[in-house]
Amino acid sequence: MIEMQDIWKTYADGTHALRGVSVRIDRNDFVYLVGPSGAGKSTFMKLIYREEVPTKGQISVNGFNIGKLKPRKIPYVRRNIGVIFQDFRLLPKMSVYENIAFAMEVIEAPKKVIRKRAMEVIELVGLKGKHNSLPSQLSGGEQQRVAIARAIINNPSVIVADEPTGNLDPETSWGIMNLLEEINFRGATIVMATHNREIVNSLRKRVIAIENGAIVRDEVRGEYGYEI
Amino acid sequence: MKFRTFLRHLREGVKNIARNGWMSFASVSSIFISLFILGVFLLLSLNVSHFASQVESQVQIRVFLQLNADQAAIDRLNNDIGNMADVKNITFVSKEEGLELLRSNLGEDGDYLLDGFDSTNNPLPDSFTVEVFEPRTIADVAKQIKALNNADGTKPIMNVKYGQGTVEKLFKVTDVVRTIGIVLVIGLSVTAMFLISNTIKMTIIHRRREIGIMKLVGATNAFIRWPFFVEGALIGFFSSLITAGALLYGYSKLIEMTKVDLGLAMITLVDYNDVAFLLTVALVGLGSLLGVWGSTISVRKYLKV
Repeated sequence: MIEMQDIWKTYADGTHALRGVSVRIDRNDFVYLVGPSGAGKSTFMKLIYREEVPTKGQISVNGFNIGKLKPRKIPYVRRNIGVIFQDFRLLPKMSVYENIAFAMEVIEAPKKVIRKRAMEVIELVGLKGKHNSLPSQLSGGEQQRVAIARAIINNPSVIVADEPTGNLDPETSWGIMNLLEEINFRGATIVMATHNREIVNSLRKRVIAIENGAIVRDEVRGEYGYEI
Repeated sequence: MKFRTFLRHLREGVKNIARNGWMSFASVSSIFISLFILGVFLLLSLNVSHFASQVESQVQIRVFLQLNADQAAIDRLNNDIGNMADVKNITFVSKEEGLELLRSNLGEDGDYLLDGFDSTNNPLPDSFTVEVFEPRTIADVAKQIKALNNADGTKPIMNVKYGQGTVEKLFKVTDVVRTIGIVLVIGLSVTAMFLISNTIKMTIIHRRREIGIMKLVGATNAFIRWPFFVEGALIGFFSSLITAGALLYGYSKLIEMTKVDLGLAMITLVDYNDVAFLLTVALVGLGSLLGVWGSTISVRKYLKV
C-alpha cells in the first residue's frame, strides 16, 4: 500500500514538481499515471522508490515512512519495490541471467535458490533460451522483459514502471502489458506512468492524471483523456 | 556478510576485469608505465648511492712516523690503532715501499723526478695506512691517533693526514647526490600515484550508471563496493608484479653486460639480490595500495545515488 499526504516537492533549481499531492493506492491496485510531460509523473514515482524525498508531506510504502528513512535502510526498502524504466537500465556487461540474478544476489540468497528462481522468471517473461545473451544482443521488447524479470524476481509487493512501453512498437507493448497484468494478477501493486492512449483506453484500470504537480483526476476505470 | 556473498564478490571482481577488458588494460598499462619509470629511477638512485659509498670507502688515513721512531713505539702504535673500534684495517708501509708507491703514482714523471733517490738517501718516512669502517668517522679517528701520539712520551708520529678539507667536500657531494636520488624517487612516486588513481577513476566514471542501477535494485553500498575493491586490488597487485619482474629481468641482464664489458672499470652495480626484494616489495606494495585506494575512493563518489 502506498499513501501520500500533502506531498510537495521542490527541486534545488526552484521547479515545483509536486504541489500538495494526496493519494492512496491500495494493495493489488493497477494504476495508470497520465499527464503531460513535465507534469510531475516521474517525481511521483521517484518518491515511491526513494530516489527523491518530499520537500514537505508524508509518504509511506508498505507501512514504512520512506521520507524519513535513514540512508542505510534504503536498499532494504527498494528490495520490496520493483522498478522498470523506459530505457530498461540493464547492466550492459552482464548476461540476461546475471542481470536478473543480481537482484537476488543482493539479498544474499543461496546460489541454487537464485538459479531456480531466475530460470523461473526468465521463462515467465518469455525469454527461455536467451539467458546467456547480453542486453545488446536483444531487441527492445526483450530487454524490457529482462528488466521486468529483474523487477519481479524477489516477489516485490509494488512495481513502479516509468513509461515501460515508451520505446517499444505497439505489438511489443501489448506483450509487456500482458506480462504486467499477469504480475498484477499474482498480487503485486502496479503504478505505471504512460503516454500510451490506446493501452489506457483498452486495458481499463484506475487512472490518476497529474497536471502542474497536482492530481486533477482520479477514476477507478478511467480513460486516457488527452487528445495528443 | 555471508561467506557465500564474500565468494560472490571475489568471483565478480575477477569477472569484472574481463567484462571491462579495455578499461582493465588501460589500468594495467598505466600502472606498468608509471611504476616502471619509478623503478628505473629507484634502481638508478640505489646505484648512484652505492657508487658514492664506493668512492667514500676509498678515503684513508696516512700516519707518517718520525724518522727516528723506535721499533717498540711503532709496534705499540700498530696495536693501539688496530684496536680502535672504528678501524677496519692498518697496514705498515716502510719507507722503501713508500718510495715505490710514490714512483708508480707519479707515472712517467716518477722516474725522472725520483731519479736520484734510492734506499740510501730515501727521504720518506715509514708510515701506516689506516682504513676505517665508516668513512664519516675518519676525522674523528685521525684525532684519536694524534691523541695517542701525545700520550706517548717518545712522540713517534710526525704527521697524520687524511685529506682534510677534500674529504669533507667529497661527503658533501655524495650527500647531494643521494638527496637528489631520494627527491626524484619521492616525486616520481607521487606522480605515479596521481597517474594510476586517475586512470582507475576514469574507468569507474565509465561505470557510474551501473552503480546507479545496482542501487535501484536494492544493493547496499558494501555490496557494490566489494567487487570493485577486489578488482582494484587484483589489477594493482598483478600489474605491479609484472613491472617488478620486467625491471629485475632487465637489471640482471645489465649486471651481466657490465661484468663482461666494463670488467676493468671501477663501476660495480648493486648486487641483484640486494635490489630484488626491496624493489618487489616497494612496487607491489605501492601498486596494490593504489589499485585498492583508487577504486574505493572513486566508487564512494558514485554511491550517493
